[in-house]
Amino acid sequence: MATKPTVAIHKFSSCDGCQLALLNMGEALVDLTGRVDIKHFAEAGVLDESAHVDIAFVEGSIVTKLDTQRIQQIRKNARYLITMGACATSGGIQALKNLAKHPASWPADIYPQPEFIDSLDRSEPIKAHVKVDFELWGCPINSRQISAAIGAMLEGVMPRDDREKLCIECKRQGHVCTLITQGEPCMGPVTRTGCGALCPEFGRACYGCYGESELPKNAVLARRFLGLGLLTDQVERRFQLIHPEPERTLGLGHGGQDD
Amino acid sequence: MGGKMTERRVTIDVPSLARVEGEGALHLKIEQGTLQHLQFKIYEPPRFFEKFLEGRHYSEVPDIVARICGICPVAYQVSAVNALESLFEVELTPWIKQMRRLLYCGEWIQSHSLHIHLLALPDYFHETTVLGLAAKQPDAVKRGFFIQEAGNRLIKFLGGRSVHPIGLQVGGFHKAPSLAEAAELHRYIESALPEAIAMAEWVARLDMPDEQQSFTSVALTSPHYPLETGRLKSDRGLDIGVDDYETYFTESQCPHSTALWSLLKGENYLVGPLARLNLNVNGLPPFLDRLLAKLGNPFPSQNMFHSMLARAVEICFALHEASELLRNYKVPDTPSVPVRVKAGECCGWSEAPRGLLWHRYQVDAEGIIRAAKIVPPTSQNQARIEQDLAQSLQAFGLEHSDEALRLHSEKVIRNYDPCISCATHFLRFSAERSP
Ligand code: SF4
Ligand code: SF4
Repeated sequence: MATKPTVAIHKFSSCDGCQLALLNMGEALVDLTGRVDIKHFAEAGVLDESAHVDIAFVEGSIVTKLDTQRIQQIRKNARYLITMGACATSGGIQALKNLAKHPASWPADIYPQPEFIDSLDRSEPIKAHVKVDFELWGCPINSRQISAAIGAMLEGVMPRDDREKLCIECKRQGHVCTLITQGEPCMGPVTRTGCGALCPEFGRACYGCYGESELPKNAVLARRFLGLGLLTDQVERRFQLIHPEPERTLGLGHGGQDD
Repeated sequence: MGGKMTERRVTIDVPSLARVEGEGALHLKIEQGTLQHLQFKIYEPPRFFEKFLEGRHYSEVPDIVARICGICPVAYQVSAVNALESLFEVELTPWIKQMRRLLYCGEWIQSHSLHIHLLALPDYFHETTVLGLAAKQPDAVKRGFFIQEAGNRLIKFLGGRSVHPIGLQVGGFHKAPSLAEAAELHRYIESALPEAIAMAEWVARLDMPDEQQSFTSVALTSPHYPLETGRLKSDRGLDIGVDDYETYFTESQCPHSTALWSLLKGENYLVGPLARLNLNVNGLPPFLDRLLAKLGNPFPSQNMFHSMLARAVEICFALHEASELLRNYKVPDTPSVPVRVKAGECCGWSEAPRGLLWHRYQVDAEGIIRAAKIVPPTSQNQARIEQDLAQSLQAFGLEHSDEALRLHSEKVIRNYDPCISCATHFLRFSAERSP
């Protein structure tokens, strides 16, 4: 019998929601283990954090000193490393602390004894620390994405990276445009596809949980939001939510969160 | 190991605690066969949600707080909108109230069956994973997945996806599903209910340790079983509304731990399915009264190992409730009602799958959040878990090997289904023994 490819699922700072793309698969999860050999997946009870594997999937962002050491080891032990979701890929919603003026004081605001909290001042994506071979975007990713990625790897090819704009999928599905028709600040024009245009389907504006698309015209969309009557800080907040990015240029002049 | 017990000091390090949605460490010190010291700690690299809620618009809150936990996002969303809607004095329509309850049923079903089948059951069949269990008990696992899918479908119905659903908003929902969607879902739910009843009967027959402990159960109560609303009661006379929570409950930090401990008048207490069923066993629909009678109804129960059966019973309840709500489903004129912002402070709660989830917000006249506080179920159970471990391990027998003690500890901890979003799953188990 040919040996099955080996896989590990690792977790860093996250909500565990992306692992649910596997745990909510139902019987497909059992079928999957017929095709790959899962060496480590703590949430599912398979434990061997230091196993050498063909593919390591990583959920969560780097937020502690211990994390910075663990991710190095995981990279060394894996032929391919694939990030799962916003946290691992861009730092995730907790990277909002990267925009804060005094993140070092946050532990003291919440914990009476902050000296016991091992917390870096930033939430960092995996790629800030090690080489990443492929990224699965989304908060959360869905089962289709991870199945497709594993399927491609089993065929011996890298999964296809689709950075198309959500807008295009939304138009294909024929939804009422939340931006033009309803005047809502929809992030669809600069957000990458993958969710199936869920929010417009529900009649609400996209808030960008799949991250940035190809060729994002952020400044153009930001001006458009101003035209809808949003204030500068409202526009900033719109762009800085699930994938906060201090470097993103909105061309709004002063008044950003980094002043 | 040889000869007599002489000076003996053992330290075991277990790199990960499997099938617990959290990162914990357990330290035991055993001297002359008695337990001298026990510490259960949760290491959860903080993600500081309470800080970055500050400065956000109230309408963003449901999408933000969902990200605290991938397994119970609905609970976070509902506790949050409950708080904000009470401040804004929003009059919800009956349809909105019913759909909130329906959405919440979905989360209980999904989370409870995930816990029973994937996290807890393998222990009882000497397996470490659901995959091993699937080889031994294929039908039970298949059934478990079928039930879990019912939960996922309920959440998708109103929220588009089962993790971080996008359908809820302050004031109602973004969209009302169609009659056809409701009818299709109703058929699935109807077919899942008998499966869940069979599952509950099967769980009731599993051989569980019989271990009575004294503890206080705390849960919302309501005449029709609490999900998204109710008054907070305990089996020792507590009876309060949402704004009084902080008068009775206090949070403190235990050294070296990142979860805050919550105490009721200085004492530990239990939240979650067992506490809920203990306090609401009289609020079940008749078919569950009959089922429980047939199973020798152990509730109210002081045996923590009845938590699994409590989850199974709650799955049956939630499927039945969902079926009733869907049977009469109508498409409303509007899925939401207008909201008028008001400044002030507000509290909200609901019964997350793992127990009471309480939120407090301070909002300014522009609708911007100025302060937030969130007390999740796991920090409420943390002190109780520690006390339980001390009692359980002594009842189990401290003379057992370190490995046996660790396995038993994990089983005890899993009864509480400690909540996720707690990071990297390190149970550092260490036992120090001297003769
Ligand atoms: S990307 Fe979103 S869903 Fe995935 S782990 Fe992070 S917070 Fe959770
Ligand atoms: S429409 Fe936008 S916010 Fe909504 S699920 Fe898709 S990517 Fe996420």
